[in-house]
Amino acid sequence: MSIGLRKTAFTAVMLTAGFFFLFPFFWMISASLKTETEVFDFPIRWIPEHWNAVKNYSAVWIGSPFGLYYWNSIKVAVCTMAMSVAFSSMAAYGFTKVRFKGRDAIFLLLLGMYMIPQQAILVPQFILYRWIGLYDTHIGLILLNCFSVLGTFLLRQFFLSVNDEFIESARMDGAGHVRIFLSIMLPLVKPALATYAILRFIWTWNDYQNPLIFLSNDKLFTLQLGIQSFGNENGQYYSLMMAAAVSAIVPLFIVFIAGQKQVIEGISAGGVKG
Amino acid sequence: MSRRNLTETLTGYLFIAPILLGLTVLTLVPILVSFFFSLTDWSLVQGFKGIHVTGFKNFSLLFRDHVFLKSMANNFIFILVVPATMAVSIVLAVIINKHVYFKSLFKVVYFMPYISSIVAVAIVCQVLFHPEYGPVNETLHALGVANPPKWLADQNYALLTVMMISVWAGLGYNLIIYMAGLQNIPRDLYEAAEIDGASPMKQFFRITLPLLSPTSFFLTVTGVIGSFKVFDIIVVLTGGGPSFSTSVMVYYLYDQAFVNLKTGYASSVSVVLLFCVLAITLAQFYGQKKWVNY
Repeated sequence: MSIGLRKTAFTAVMLTAGFFFLFPFFWMISASLKTETEVFDFPIRWIPEHWNAVKNYSAVWIGSPFGLYYWNSIKVAVCTMAMSVAFSSMAAYGFTKVRFKGRDAIFLLLLGMYMIPQQAILVPQFILYRWIGLYDTHIGLILLNCFSVLGTFLLRQFFLSVNDEFIESARMDGAGHVRIFLSIMLPLVKPALATYAILRFIWTWNDYQNPLIFLSNDKLFTLQLGIQSFGNENGQYYSLMMAAAVSAIVPLFIVFIAGQKQVIEGISAGGVKG
Repeated sequence: MSRRNLTETLTGYLFIAPILLGLTVLTLVPILVSFFFSLTDWSLVQGFKGIHVTGFKNFSLLFRDHVFLKSMANNFIFILVVPATMAVSIVLAVIINKHVYFKSLFKVVYFMPYISSIVAVAIVCQVLFHPEYGPVNETLHALGVANPPKWLADQNYALLTVMMISVWAGLGYNLIIYMAGLQNIPRDLYEAAEIDGASPMKQFFRITLPLLSPTSFFLTVTGVIGSFKVFDIIVVLTGGGPSFSTSVMVYYLYDQAFVNLKTGYASSVSVVLLFCVLAITLAQFYGQKKWVNY
């Protein structure tokens, strides 16, 4: 078999596999356009018989506090992202370009902390939050996710690749670390910052556990808690939940497609896991 | 210390101050507090005055607690998700890397689960695996399977179902890492093997697999740590049921701490969890000499 033919055959097989792989997403979109009774029809009617898209999406967006949950998610994700990028890039600079006593020991300690599952410290965190009044606030939620070992580690990898000579010659010219960090380092590592910013945004947007535990007022709920609110005592409205789920995934999809190269490169370079 | 060194040190600490402070308050101190709580029978509704130190009583109760032991056993079964995901993604990575058109399209396809929320995925899976009306069982019926498993509603299949979904969700991430690893394998190795007449299978097992072993090691270590953190999908999908068949340590911890309000007891679960993660990670670093080629 010629190489071209073999490649075409492989591509065809992989495309079929890809379809089954994405099956849940297609199903999600299709269900969000249907009436509730049609959701369970079998064989699956990919194109709905009775279009109910307008009704479903308006029930989600207008008939429920979903817009508020959306706004809350945007607020929390953007703030977490901005703060986390700031803190982690500062730390990454300190760990790579400033020589100080105890640097390597502290970095090792940080890496050790990566092993700790957050659930193992949920209880003390919860008590601390209740005690200092951060429980049930967005600020509290943001603070939980913005001190990231992973982010520091990832950015450190990129900062290491910046030649020290740049820094040294700027030092010779009398620039302080703060100025070097802001006007030389950050512009040089912009792609790395973008990578981490996108990843942090995705992780925070999809976070379910922390909002579940650290929020109780439903006016403060984020999307992930909101999606579930379409199930009630009378049962679950799958068509509505799917409309909510599709609405929740769309912005991430756009962010991912736009920053695809960055995300994939960042993950390959740092091997980061959410 | 000279003046210059002193300012350098101060500047260094200034740069790492936010992260260090944040992690100390939100991670390091809570760990120590967890250790302390695990030695008490405290419930957080009692207020700080109600703390009684009971020594290791929680731990002896814990190891006689059937639900906890079941959850811990489930955690160890759940680790199997890691090699399963790696095996599938290594094959996919090799195929996508060399044998298909539209490489970047496939990367995006397999990466989709990584960017979508587990809540959305879990809700879809609830429907797909619904014992009576779900498309999975309808398809099995149509294919002539009389009594397909009830998946999430069946205590013998629920954990397996959750594990399959986890493999699906983790494939994209593993795939990307493996593809990055494949870029680092020198091409002339394959050319030399080709000349020696080695079959593609042989090339895979003798060149690709051994040279990817550092990548596999990385994925094993982070994957196993990650497998102990699985929480969202279990809360949304099964709530630990049916009859605790999908309960894992973190779920049990959550249940004890925030539903039953047994703070002390839940903290002893955290300590065991932490110990398991540390022990397995250390064991892996110790064992890597046997199979990782650098």
